[in-house]
This record gives sequence, C-alpha cells and structure tokens, in this order.
Amino acid sequence: MKKKFNVEKAYYLFLLTRKSEEKIIELYNTDKIKSPVHLSIGQEAIAVGVNMAISEDEVIFSNYRGHAHYIAREANLDKMWAELYGKSRGTARGKGGSMHLNDWGKKFMPTSAIVSTAIPQAVGYAYALKYKNQKGVVICYHGDGATDEGVFWESLNFASLHSLPIIFICENNKYAIYTHQDKRAMNDPIVERARAFGVNATKIKGSSTEDFYNATIDCLNNIEKESKPHLIECNCLRWRDHVGVGDARDLNYRNEKEVDEAITNDDLLSLEKKLPISTVNAIKLKVDSQINNAVRFAEDSKFPEVNELYDNVYG
Amino acid sequence: MNNTLDKKLINYGEALYEACFQEMANDENVFIYGLGVDDPKGHYGTSKDLHKEYGNKRNFDIPLSEDALTGVGIGAALAGLRPIYVHQRMDFLLLCMNQLVNMAAKIRYISSGEHSVPIVIRAAIGRSWGQGAQHSQSFQSYFMHVPGIKVIAPTTPHDAKGALISSIRDNNPVVFIEHRMLYKNAGYVPSTSYEIPFGKGRILREGNDITIVGVSHTVEDSLRAADLLKSVGVNAEVIDPISLSPIDYDLIRSSASKTKKLLVVDNGWMTCGFSSEIITDVAINCEGIRCQRIGFEDTPCPTTPILEKAFYPNPQSIAIMANKMCGGNKKWSPPAVEQHEILSFKGPF
Repeated sequence: MKKKFNVEKAYYLFLLTRKSEEKIIELYNTDKIKSPVHLSIGQEAIAVGVNMAISEDEVIFSNYRGHAHYIAREANLDKMWAELYGKSRGTARGKGGSMHLNDWGKKFMPTSAIVSTAIPQAVGYAYALKYKNQKGVVICYHGDGATDEGVFWESLNFASLHSLPIIFICENNKYAIYTHQDKRAMNDPIVERARAFGVNATKIKGSSTEDFYNATIDCLNNIEKESKPHLIECNCLRWRDHVGVGDARDLNYRNEKEVDEAITNDDLLSLEKKLPISTVNAIKLKVDSQINNAVRFAEDSKFPEVNELYDNVYG
Repeated sequence: MNNTLDKKLINYGEALYEACFQEMANDENVFIYGLGVDDPKGHYGTSKDLHKEYGNKRNFDIPLSEDALTGVGIGAALAGLRPIYVHQRMDFLLLCMNQLVNMAAKIRYISSGEHSVPIVIRAAIGRSWGQGAQHSQSFQSYFMHVPGIKVIAPTTPHDAKGALISSIRDNNPVVFIEHRMLYKNAGYVPSTSYEIPFGKGRILREGNDITIVGVSHTVEDSLRAADLLKSVGVNAEVIDPISLSPIDYDLIRSSASKTKKLLVVDNGWMTCGFSSEIITDVAINCEGIRCQRIGFEDTPCPTTPILEKAFYPNPQSIAIMANKMCGGNKKWSPPAVEQHEILSFKGPF
C-alpha cells in the first residue's frame, strides 16, 4: 500500500521546519526565548520523511532536539512559538519550553531533556496499544547518543520480547555534544546490536527525505503484517551547535569540509528543483505567513499568572 | 446486609492481594508487572495466580531492567492504563530514579495538565535475618523530596488494602511502601472495596503526655513502646501518618500542641529524612514543643544479628527516650519486648 511520495508536501513541511528554526536564530539574540534550544537544522529530512509516511493514528515520542519532529508533524506552530516565549498560550503554558514540547491533538507526547529517557515510555505506549488492541504504531525518535545508554537496549529487549508495534528512528548525527561516535562505541554499533535483540533493523543508505519516507513506509507495511519492533538508522549532519544557535564549524571539533558538503547537498534544494517555480513561490509565501503569524501570536500572548506556579504538580 | 460488619480477619499480605484482585476486576486497565509476580510465590502471595484470573497481559514477569520497565509503565500510563510495578526490595528503586524523578513526576507539569501518570510503584522493605546493606533500605524521604510523586506507607492490614486501592485509582505516580515485617500481621479488613485517603493520618492510641509518630514498621514498635511507658505512668499518643506525601501535618501539630512533646521514630536514616521533615514543620508552626527523634544508626545496615540489633531502634530504646522527655527516671530500663515478626522470620529470602 505504498503512497506516492508527494514532493510538494515534502517541500512545504521541510521549508516550514527550516524557516521556523531560522527565525529562532534570527530572534535568539533578542533574548525573548529565554531557554536552551537544540536546533534540528540539517536533520530535517528525517522528520519530514517519517511524518509523510505515518498517519494520524501514530503516536510520536521525540526528544529535546524535537522542533523538526513537532513541526513536520504539523503540530500547533502558534503554540510552539508561544512556548518558546514562555507565554500562557504555549504548549505547556510556558512551563516546558523548547525541550518539553507536546501537542496531544497530533499525538505528539511531551519530550524529555534527558537523553534516552522517553524511549522506554514509547515502548510502554506500544505495549498499551497491543493490550487494548488499538490501531497505531509508536514512532520513537532518538539520536546516536541515546544508544550509549543502557535503558535503550533494555527497551529494545522488552519491545522485542512482546513483539510491539514500534519504529525506532535513530537520527545518527555522529556527535553527542562534541564527542564523536568513534570515541563512544566500537564497530559502528547500532544496527548489528539491535538485530541481536530481535529488532528488524536497517541502516538507510541514502539521506534524502524520500529515502526516509520509503524506509518508514516499509516498516509500517511490515508491522501491519506482523507486529514487531523496527529500527531505521538515518544518517544526518547537525549544521548548528549542539545547543544554541551557533555554527557547527565554530569550535573546530569537527571537519569543516563535511559540514560544507552537507550544506551543498541540502535536500531542501533538491526538492525545490523538482517543483515549478510558481509552486515554490506560493509555498514560500505560505510558510513565511505561517511563521510570522506564529511569532505574532507569541508576542501578543500574555505571560502566565504567578499563581499558576503550583498548577498541575499533581492531578 | 450491613457492609460495615462484613469484615474478615486476614493478614497484611492477604489484604494487598484483595486490593489487587478487586481493582483488577473493577478496572480492566489495571495490570501488575514485576520480577516474579506470576511465579508460584506471587510476591508473597500478593499477586499469586492473578494471571490465571485476568490473563497474562495483566500479571506478567519481566526482564531485570528496572530503568526501562519503569519507563514502560509510565508509557502505558500515558496511554490510559494503570500499571502496578512490584519490587521485591525497595533498594532496587535506585535503578528507577531517572524515570520516576525526571519523567513520572514531571510529565503532568510540563504538559500543563494534558497528561498524567497513574502508576503505582510497590516497594517492599526488608529487615532482619541478615538482609544486610542492600536488602533493607527504606527510601521514603528520597521520594517525599520530589514534587509530583505521592508516597504512602500503611501499617495495618486495613490501611494496606484501602491505601493500595487509593493508589491504583490516583492519577499521580505513587510510591507504595510495604514492610516485610508487616506481611503476617493480622487485622479485620472489610471484604468490599474502600479507599484510604492520601494526606490523612490516624491516631492509633490516645494519650496526653507525649506524641510519638512512627512510619511503617516503626509504628508497631512505637505502640509497643507506649505499652512499656504505661507501666511508668506515661500516656503516649501514637500517630500513624499512613500517607507520607502529602502528610497530615494538622493531625501531628494538634497532637504535639496538646502533649507539648514530639518524638519521631524514623524507619530510615535521620539526616534529611522523614523525622527531619516532621520536626521542622512542628518547630515552625507550633509553640513550645520539645522535639526528639530516633531512627536507623548512621551506618549501612550490618548483617550479623548483634550489630543489626544495634542498628535499629526498638520498643525499649523508643520508650527510654520518650520517658526521659517526660522527665522520667533516666536510669529506667524497661523489660525486653518480643518483636515476634522479627524473631519468627527465617530466610532464605
């Protein structure tokens, strides 16, 4: 049941994600966003490809580098901006910030700032889907850094033991902050090890939006036939600093050329080239307007009342 | 038929079993998991054969992955289920701290009330017969410290059943502390389902001379100490807080204001502990109360019986301290009191 890859839609989601984060960069020095941001720029093809493949039934578990997952899911952009501004119309009324976005309307679960920590929750959610005999597959994004944590492998083991409907989307940008994967693990470890746990794991050869889309569709089709955990390892490159809005090339911890090359091979440009100029221009206008409206929504929102401090500690 | 008369004499472990059995019947979203919950012993009988009644997916054994399995429970709770994660020893909860403190306690707050995490973490505290340094620890204060987590530690079979039912029905993460030395204690327990509310303590024995507040098993020893104190004319009021977070400060303050003396008997190390918290509250909110505390010695728990005995407070040491606070003879040496649950306990586990 392969849906055809829709270039126009992919370009729109990609551009919306990229431009939203570029707007964060543009506004970060105004100090209106008073919290850490972990930008997805350079990694968006994964989120866009995955989101185009999945349906409304799928549940998303993301992480602190989650803007792309959130925006490409078409979760509420106004609320995201209000949250970045710490305003009361934000996704958590200003109590969460960039690292804890959530939008239940899009089944986008609250994200965690602790590496690997939401992964077992994604597995537990998949257990509940099976328990209740409900439709849907859990999508669990994580980075290569998360695979250094013991809880990741414990989670794979349980997911496999119970044949759970879950896809682990490993965004391998090779770095945990500034520490390369080679310093953290032996023998390019992720896919081989995942297979040893009984997980259907694949390293995706390409790195285009369509490659990630196709891989996700394959996983969904497999799971429809037989419930089983899947993992796709997606190569990507983080153009920006680990946290904040700096350039990945600033600190000389990595090879500048590989960053230059990734920027030259930006899939956003490839998608753009496949579309008529009139379509591209219309999408650019739409995206600009959406983002400007979202920033205005944030600006126009109020800060929460001080007496909200104690709200929702307990339910 | 009058339900209040419909009570049976059962022990603490059986009361926990009844709570699980009835809540699983009451709500199909309730499930139990943990190492050995479906084995022939069924966690001291408290989950024995529940999978035969309710199906394997509702009472199942797990790999030894406490960190991930806590997260699995949280994820299932986010999807609308009501998990009960059972730990044979509370010491293993240290492997779950990231999930409990960073996630379970925070998700409601960081989603502005959109999501809640109705998970119960049942944790048994071990004691005696050489449980030693890593099978005897009592971490109630670790969890009392964290906003977003509730903590409850019932002492009687009646409160054990009702508190477990309340914990299962509560929409917050609950750490439910059950002491091994209480499992065989018998008491009259209603056959029907009922709740013991969070934040409500209980006066187990009334008195005017001194207030003694215990926690979990030390409530038992405090009652024994109160018996000893009676022989020297001291009437102690013994309070079982049951719920540790939230805690019934009103009850403790009002008793301490009446007796003017407060002795807290901790079931744990005292530094930054349960006793610190109770005494701080009374010092801030009540006038002219003499406060004291007694608890575990400031060492790991030793294995050999002679040192283990020196490590824990006991009815005599509690009574001696209380008597001194009441101006009694400093050389008073009360007779030894049999702690039958400790004497009768034999291993290997």
